Parts: sequence; C-alpha cells; structure tokens
Amino acid sequence: MIFLPVLPIIIPLAGAVLCMLARRNIAVQKGLALITSVFILLTSLAIFAQTKDGTIAVMNVGSWQAPYGITLAIDMLSSVMLLLVGVLSVGVSVYACFDLDVTRMKFGFFPLMLILLMGVNGAFVTGDLFNLYVWFEVLLTASFILLALGGERAQLAGSIKYVTLNLLSSALFLAGIGILYGMAGTLNLAELAHLVKDGARGDLLTMVAVMFMMAFGIKAGMFPLYFWLPASYPTPPAAVTALFSGLLTKVGVYSMIRMFTLVFDTDPAFLHGLILVGAGLTMVSGVLAAAAQYEMRKILAVHIVSQIGYIVMGLGLFTELALTGTIFYLIHVIIVKTNLFLIAGAVNRLKGSYDLHKLGGLYKEKPGLSILFIISAMSLAGVPPLSGFFAKFTLILAGLRTESWLIVATALGVSLLTLYSMTKIWAYAFWKPAAEPLPDLNPMPKSKWFIFLLPMIGFTVITIALGVFAGPVFDYAADAAAQLMNPQGYIDAVLGGGM
Amino acid sequence: MEVVLAIVIGVLYAGGVYLMMRRNLIQLIIGLGLLSHGANLLIFTAGGLRQGGAPILAEGEKAFATTPADPLPQALILTAIVISFAVTAFALVLFLRTYKTVGTDDVDDLKEMQK
Repeated sequence: MIFLPVLPIIIPLAGAVLCMLARRNIAVQKGLALITSVFILLTSLAIFAQTKDGTIAVMNVGSWQAPYGITLAIDMLSSVMLLLVGVLSVGVSVYACFDLDVTRMKFGFFPLMLILLMGVNGAFVTGDLFNLYVWFEVLLTASFILLALGGERAQLAGSIKYVTLNLLSSALFLAGIGILYGMAGTLNLAELAHLVKDGARGDLLTMVAVMFMMAFGIKAGMFPLYFWLPASYPTPPAAVTALFSGLLTKVGVYSMIRMFTLVFDTDPAFLHGLILVGAGLTMVSGVLAAAAQYEMRKILAVHIVSQIGYIVMGLGLFTELALTGTIFYLIHVIIVKTNLFLIAGAVNRLKGSYDLHKLGGLYKEKPGLSILFIISAMSLAGVPPLSGFFAKFTLILAGLRTESWLIVATALGVSLLTLYSMTKIWAYAFWKPAAEPLPDLNPMPKSKWFIFLLPMIGFTVITIALGVFAGPVFDYAADAAAQLMNPQGYIDAVLGGGM
Repeated sequence: MEVVLAIVIGVLYAGGVYLMMRRNLIQLIIGLGLLSHGANLLIFTAGGLRQGGAPILAEGEKAFATTPADPLPQALILTAIVISFAVTAFALVLFLRTYKTVGTDDVDDLKEMQK
C-alpha cells in the first residue's frame, strides 16, 4: 500500500479533529482517543511488517518527485520508533481515561495528545529537513499547552522555561536550515547526504553541524542544555509527564541520530567526539542531580537526562555495534521510563504525594504495584535479565571495542548510581513503614483498579519480554544500525525514484 | 547587500539574546521575536540574493532567459513566520496567565514557584 507512510500522520489528525467536534462530551472523547490509539498501533505494526526486512518505505507527497517535493521515508529505525509511539499511545490513553481530572479533559487533553502524537510521528517519517522543523513546531505547540494545562503555579513557572528554551532551539534549528540550504540548495535529507559526500565543504559544514547539535541537544536534554527539563517535567499530571518522557526528548535524540549518521558523518573525529563528551557529562550530571532529590517524580525526571546520555553515547562512539546499542537502549528506555512515571502517578493517586519522606509501606498495601515498580526500576538500572542489561551491555561492549575507556567507566559508574536512586525510591516509598499513616485516597473499586493497572502491567511485560527475547531485538537493532551506517541505501531508496 | 544584511542579522541576534537574558518576561518575548526575525533573514540571505525574474516558464519556453530568483527561501520564511506568529501568541497568553497567577513578571522570582 503506497499510502502507508502517511497514515501515522493522518490517523491522529483525524482523531484529534473528531475529538474537537465532540468537545462537550468527555465520554465520546475518551472512546475516540482509545480507538485512534489502537489505529495508530495497528498502522505502525503494518509499517513495521513492511520494513522489517530492510526495505525503506518511501512516499513522495503529492507525487512531486524527490528531491523537489516533500519525501516521507521510513527505514528500520523510524519504523521501530513508530511502533513505540503506537504502544505508548494505547497505554497512556487508557491511563489518562482513569487518572486525569475532568477539568483537563474538558479543556482538550485528548485532542492535544493526538496532535502531539501526530507531530512525533511526522518527525519520525519525514525525509525532509524543513518538514522536520515543521513537525517539531507541531509537537512543541501541543506540548506547550499540555504542560501548562491546568494552570497551577509550578506548572506555569516550569512552562516558561520550557517554552523559552525550546523556542531558542527552534530558532537555532531554523538558522541551521537556512545556512545548509544556502550551501547545498536542497533540504531533502537524502540529497543533502549525497551532496555532502560529493563535495567537501569542511569547516562551514562542521559549524552548521554544531548548530544542529545545539538545537537537537536542547530538545533532547543533553548537557549543558537540559535545565528546562527538571524544571518543567515534574509539574503536569502523570499521564502528561509519561507521554513527554517517552516521546519528546526521544524525538530530539532521533533527529540527532538521523542527521549525524546521514548528513554530518564527514568529520566524525571532531563531531562525534564532541557528542561523546556531551554524552558522558549528560549521564553524570543527570544521575548526580537525581541522587540529591527526595521527590519520586523529580528523581525520575532528572533520570531522563542521564538516560539520554546513554543513548547519545552510542552515536558518539559511531560504530555499528554502538548504534545497535543506541537503538536497543531507545526501545528499552521509552517503555521503562514511561512505565515508571505511570507507576509514580498511581502512587500519587493512592497516597496524594510524591514525597519519599511521607510515603512508605506501599509494598505491604499494594504488592502488585510494588512488583511492577521494582521490575521497571531494576530494568532501568540494568540488572539482568531485564531489557536494560542487554542495552547497556551492548553499549559498553562497543565502548570497549573502540577502547574508549573513560566513557565505559562513566557508563558503569552512572549505572551503579542509577541503581542507588532506584533502590532509594524502593526503600523509602515501598519498603519502610510510613512516617505517619497516610489515608487511602483511591476511590476505585477493585475491578476498575485492575484496568487502571493494565497499561503498567503491559509495559512491564514488554520490559521482561525485551530481556527474554533479547536475541531477536538485538538482531533487529543491529540491522537498523547497519542501515544507518550505510546511508547509501537510504539515498538510493529516496532518490532512485520512489512511488 | 550581503554585508548589510549580515550586519542586520547580527544586530537582531545580539539584541534578541541580550533581551532574553533580562529578567523581565516582556523583554524575554521581544527577544524571542527578534531572534526568529534574525533566523528568517538568515534564510533569506543564505538562499542567495539576486535580482532575477519569476521562476515561471512561459508557454513553449524550454529554458530561462535570465537566471530566475529562487522561490524556495521565501516559501520557507513564510512558513516560519506563520509558525512564529502562532507560537508568540501562545507565549504571550502563557506569560500573561503566569503574571496573573504568580503576580510577578520577574523571571528570578519564578524560581521560588518550583518548590
């Protein structure tokens, strides 16, 4: 089906429009959001089936031949990202239906969520640089509103930092696009890559590459550009934070991977070396900031930063094995991190607090929820046989093969500190008796509570499955990484006459 | 012409960054505006400044008599202007709402709200 690549954009858009039409009726909106999410998942599965053997699905929008029109191109990395968006959207919409307050739903949580998903999907499928900028703006605008929705004081204060720094990053991105267009006369990613390989423009290209690194670095939350993240992510409700932590920073990382494997692979000694230094500092600063926190949501939010360090580390090492690790890590962290935020939200729902000093005794009261937490937390820290272990193992192996001792030592040390942070949450919130008994705020009957837990159970099962079936996942990641390291295939697929 | 525009762009960037580092919310948003104007002009300049005809072939013509102007940078800028208009409008509303809720337009005072 030649229209397949455009469906991940059209389906959420249609869902959002329908939700807006039903804006007075929350029950209808809930149903529409759920159905749309399921359709997003199904489409991404169809695309995954089509591209898993290494075919690149290409579509020229409006039949304008590449490189003159906007090209959509889905390779193995894009298609696995789309699949994760699908899984996440189903989980988060089920969770939001149960957890979110009515006011936020009335003011358009569901349409905004779907628009956000449209932007994210658009960024994953596009093969055009300016189009990528437009998708970034789509998802940012939706995220601005989702972040500020509700209008609590902390939310507004966090939103200002988030909005300002993201607009700054967009301006940088736009300026980089301008200069690149001036140099190459095209914004089609495949043709850009092609032209860059033909004629070396040396220094100017490196400068533009650093501009892109800054722009994507702000969006991804890399050191030293991540300060908006701990300020804004812990402020909105759990469903919003889970969605953001799973997708937004990862779009920044994805764009960085795309640009720095396809276009800016001319000067890896400098550019990827710089990324590697950034990765190490990102890991360390994120994990140290988390160690000082005693609020569950803040610990998890600051940990996003340190996880970004691991993902980018693979790009910085820039070997096929390292990129395999990066892709494996992306898959793992999107699932696990989202799940941890959802569980933190469930804890807050039960006890009305995220404060580790106040919480306690949850293991005794809710053993099921506690087990879900400990599996995800251990996976994040990288305890075998869960998914995090294999992802980190691949990255560290890649580091050892290239003899980058310093980054390997950093990654291992940060891993230990991650374990410390996770056991801290476990010990304080779940294990130790509560300082003073907290009331059970949960008004849900048992059957409803179980459905509420379903997304978390699902994500936990995926985490375990990613560990148990690490072989096939690794093979897929390795194929995707091989595709990234040999961009000629992508270039040929796009420029060699799409459909 | 490039030199003049380069200086203008530089001034816009410098002014934008300076305003963004001030503590006042209104100055912050004006700074953001200047920055995006600078980026737009940068696209315009980098896309090549030349006096050419419209890039449309008359019926029967196979090639342009004179080198035509490149229409794409202008299309990009137009899109960017529309986006920055929408985003600025949103940011203004957000800042107004923040000012009304928090009661200050000083960025440093907002730090206290994070607790």
